[in-house]
Amino acid sequence: MTKKLLKLFYFLFFLNLLFSYNVNAQNPQVDEIAKNLRCLICQGQSVYDSNSEFALSLKTLISQKLASGNSEEDIYNFLKSKYGEWIVYEPEINKYTLLLWLLPLFLFIFGGLLIKRKLLINRVKNEKYN
Amino acid sequence: MKVKFSFIFILLIIIFTLIIFLKSLFENKNYIPKKINIIENISIKEFHSGNDLKLKQLFGNEKFIIINIWSSWCIPCRQEHKHIKNISEIANIKMIGLNYKDKKDNAQKFLDELGNPYDTILIDSNGTKSIFLGAYGVPETFIIGRDLSILKKYIGPINLENEIEIKKFIK
Repeated sequence: MTKKLLKLFYFLFFLNLLFSYNVNAQNPQVDEIAKNLRCLICQGQSVYDSNSEFALSLKTLISQKLASGNSEEDIYNFLKSKYGEWIVYEPEINKYTLLLWLLPLFLFIFGGLLIKRKLLINRVKNEKYN
Repeated sequence: MKVKFSFIFILLIIIFTLIIFLKSLFENKNYIPKKINIIENISIKEFHSGNDLKLKQLFGNEKFIIINIWSSWCIPCRQEHKHIKNISEIANIKMIGLNYKDKKDNAQKFLDELGNPYDTILIDSNGTKSIFLGAYGVPETFIIGRDLSILKKYIGPINLENEIEIKKFIK
C-alpha cells in the first residue's frame, strides 16, 4: 500500500516537473531583457518579476519586437525614449552618474592605500623590535 | 583632535545624504521627455469595424487630437468620464478613446451606460499600443499635435482642474 502511494507520489511529482517546465518555456531572451527593466508602477520589482498589466504588456511587446528582428539594444533604447532612463536598471554614464560609477573605484584605491600604509607601519615597527 | 575630526566628517556625510534625500523628495517623479516625444505612426485596430487605422489618419482639420486610454474595468475611468465628455464637446477637437485590455461587450456596456464621448475608438487588446504613447496604465490622457508629438500628458483620472487646463490649451 505504502509502496503504491509512494509510486503515485513520484509519478505526480515528475508530472508536475514536466508541466512546470512547459509553462516556463517561453523565449528566454524575453526573460533576459525583462530582468534588466524596472517595473515603473510596482515598487522594487523588475518587469520579469511583476505580473502587473504594465509588466505583462511590456513582456508582450518585447517578444513582438524580438520577433520582428530588433536587437536587445534597440529595445532598451526604444523603452528609454518612451519612459526615460529610469526604466533600465543599469544607469548610463553621464555627468550626473559619474560619481556613482567612480566612487567604488576611488574607495577601492583608497582602501588599498590604507592597507599598504598599515602594512608599512607594521613592518617598520617589527624592524624596530628586531 | 582626532575624535573631533572624524565626528565632523561623519556629520558632514549625514548632512550630505539628508540634503540629497530632501531634494529628491520634492522632485517630480513623472517622466516628462526633454525633447518633445514623437509617437511612431503605428496602426491600431478600430473598435467597431476592426480595420487598422494609422495614427495620422485620425486627424481631420484639427490642430490636436486627444487620446484617452480607458477600460470598462477601470474605476477611475468612470470618475473622469464626465470631464472627458465635457472636453469632447469642444468643436475643434477630436476625442480618441483607446480601449485598454478590455472585452468588447463590456466596453460597449460601459459606453451605453455612461455615454460615448469618443469620435473614434481604438483597441489595445494586449497593452502594447499604449507603450508607444509611453503610458503606464489606465486612465491616461494625451494631447497630441499633428506631427504626432505629445504636447501634454495626464497620468490618472482627469479632474475639473485638468479639464479647465485642457480647454484653455486647445482654445
